[in-house]
Amino acid sequence: MKIAIVSEKNSLDARIDSRFGRCAYFAIYDTDSKTTEFFPNPAKDAPEGAGPEAVKFIASKEAKKVVAPEFGKKAEDMLNKLQIEMVNDKDKTISEIIKGF
Amino acid sequence: MALVDCDAEAPNDREFLKEGELQSTQAVTQKVPVIDKSKCTYCGKCDEYCNFNAIFFIGKHSIIDVLEELCHGCGACSVACEYGAISEKDELLGHVNRYRFSSGNELIEGRMEVGVHISIEIIKESIKAANKFDLVLLDSPPGTGCPFIQTVYRADYVVLVTEPTPFGLSDLKQSIEILKEMQIPCGVIINRADMGVDDVRNYLKQENIPLLMSVPFDREIAVAYSKGELITSINSEWKTKFKQLYHTIKEEFQKVKIK
Repeated sequence: MKIAIVSEKNSLDARIDSRFGRCAYFAIYDTDSKTTEFFPNPAKDAPEGAGPEAVKFIASKEAKKVVAPEFGKKAEDMLNKLQIEMVNDKDKTISEIIKGF
Repeated sequence: MALVDCDAEAPNDREFLKEGELQSTQAVTQKVPVIDKSKCTYCGKCDEYCNFNAIFFIGKHSIIDVLEELCHGCGACSVACEYGAISEKDELLGHVNRYRFSSGNELIEGRMEVGVHISIEIIKESIKAANKFDLVLLDSPPGTGCPFIQTVYRADYVVLVTEPTPFGLSDLKQSIEILKEMQIPCGVIINRADMGVDDVRNYLKQENIPLLMSVPFDREIAVAYSKGELITSINSEWKTKFKQLYHTIKEEFQKVKIK
């Protein structure tokens, strides 16, 4: 299973970002292969609708779970629709979060 | 003359001008796309055309949805669709209410529906409704965003109201810079002028922008305001001052017109 985590930078020791739709990077962790890939968030600078746009991106990466401190209303609606589970977490590094899965 | 309350998010001119009678209410709508999923081929062209992320499209999961609150009603998605899967429906944004006074003057009020977050179309329609009047006062929404720009865009002269505080000056500078860019002349009224700092006055001198009027921090004015009464109802002095203000604005406007 793949898990998307919002990240401030593209490395495992980076901290979880404070936002979902406008986070800097998405860390996509694969629980089967235990590998993590980093992608810049294409929705980061969207003038409007960054949340749904970010949902599109992680859905295209086949993520079934997503970790962020909080989610906006529009993003939440779309994540529910796509049955992508939302997990709230904050103040940790990406590697610390991965250890929890 | 007409007064147009362009602050459609929170119109309040009616609170102060209660006598006029409601003449008409006009609905302001926007076209929003409706996708016929039986005709949709999930090509994604509508999503590609949309500048506002209002089409939620994931091709490989055959998911397509319209996020109505992000839609600007531009119609690009309908143009993009080659399969006739997109039609349009009207969504209610708000109303333009016209109140007529015995003097023949009108208050035209733009008022948004709850839940709508873009007031531009309502502002446009409200200003349009004042077309037949020679003198039109536009009560602009605060700030320097699109609602402000949409309002002052149609103005020959702009009166900016500020306070003598660092916060007031910061906002004033932004407004003046935008008006300069738009080449619209302006003057300034300082509210609560006997408080705070001199930075605003110094800035006006430096930029050569006329100070049209100063209103002191006055309990009597605040009390009148809280009851929904106009400052001019307090005493004849204020009435005279506001008449003078009108002439000052006219003179200032003539000056820049000659230039």
